[in-house]
Amino acid sequence: MTYLVLIPLLMPFLAAPAACRVAAVLPPRRAAWLLTAAALVLAVSSSAALVLLVVPGASYLPAVAVLGELAEPLTAGPPPVTIALALVAGALLVWRTAALTAAARRDRAELRRARTVTGGTDDELAVVRDDRPDAYALPGRPGRIVVTTGMLRALEPPEREALFAHERAHLRGRHHVLLAAAELAALCHPALRALREPLGYALERAADEAAAAAVGDRRLAARAIGRAALAARGVPGLSGAVRPRTVLAATAGPVPRRVAALLGTGASGRPALTPRTRRLVAGALLVCLTLSGVSAVGAASDLHTHIEIAQGENPER
Amino acid sequence: MGDDGAERRPAGELEAGVLAALWAAEEPLTPGRVQEALGGSLARTTVTTILSRLYEKGSVTRIRSGRGYAYSPTEDAPGLTARRMHSELAKDEDRSAVLARFVSQLNDEDERMLRSLLDGGEAG
Repeated sequence: MTYLVLIPLLMPFLAAPAACRVAAVLPPRRAAWLLTAAALVLAVSSSAALVLLVVPGASYLPAVAVLGELAEPLTAGPPPVTIALALVAGALLVWRTAALTAAARRDRAELRRARTVTGGTDDELAVVRDDRPDAYALPGRPGRIVVTTGMLRALEPPEREALFAHERAHLRGRHHVLLAAAELAALCHPALRALREPLGYALERAADEAAAAAVGDRRLAARAIGRAALAARGVPGLSGAVRPRTVLAATAGPVPRRVAALLGTGASGRPALTPRTRRLVAGALLVCLTLSGVSAVGAASDLHTHIEIAQGENPER
Repeated sequence: MGDDGAERRPAGELEAGVLAALWAAEEPLTPGRVQEALGGSLARTTVTTILSRLYEKGSVTRIRSGRGYAYSPTEDAPGLTARRMHSELAKDEDRSAVLARFVSQLNDEDERMLRSLLDGGEAG
């Protein structure tokens, strides 16, 4: 049996931390695309590897043998090992497929609910009468900015414009699609879960930069974010209330980092990489992703050869 | 007069700003008060035009005030649906894939750091 097929399964443990490291030093938009692309490549490769592990074991089943016109089971390795691997990989595949289907259905339902908000007038703003400051972008056709009266009152008019510009950037950039892709990829491989938090941060930073450009004042955008966060915290009685903890609300505290990045005070909390190290890590990541994809393809072609042999053909001919 | 930059923005974006000012106010506002509330970033005529458009769409109501009108926001269908959905989503732990919040929750260290950043930003 070929060990090539194990590479896509193990690669995420190496590539995901590398991707996070590279994303931390990239401009936000590019970081978001890198993290999403890495998540998708690694998720697809590792899922393909599982399929490739199932096939040799399945060839011992008479029904599969008839269907594949196999004269004998695939000679992919010692039969007990092949069958055991196929059973484990099969179980994982079934579990993943179920999780993916459930997640995709839930996302679709949420979006459908979101679109019902767009009925009525074509106002961009959907105001919710609630004293607790809160604001978010609601994707749909067209997308909406949902904001509470508490948030509107907590901010000065120019700060409100910065908030709206931030949410417009989320909607125009279709950031929810990238987040959903990373969310689904994380269900495919546990190591890919680590990519969601940096992706969320990169998307917030991208929207912050867009907001700063729209209002033409980085300090104003920084103040809007900071005051909104402090207002949300300062509401009496809210501390006890359970506010949904999203991936974006990681304990690492992304808000001060976002404000610091806009103010250019460099309090990112993460030591900067030297250009040389940066190139090395970026190169390593590229090698990881390529290797992951190539080994999946290589393992597939290897399996194809085994199938031809099992069908009684002689590939050497 | 408002500055040219603000006037050139798409109508929908200007409407959001005006609507937000009405929601932030405790009472109905005349076009003049709206203009004031927005810090004079829009011309008075622009504010009046936007308010009439919002009124035609049913997003705001108005009452007679002196020689003109004072405007306040209506809770129309999108607002009501949004409120229903807001409370529904507040129960849901896993909404990150669809919605991204403007600000996430702060811990004590975050708050301290944020205050010092904002103070520094304002002084500098």
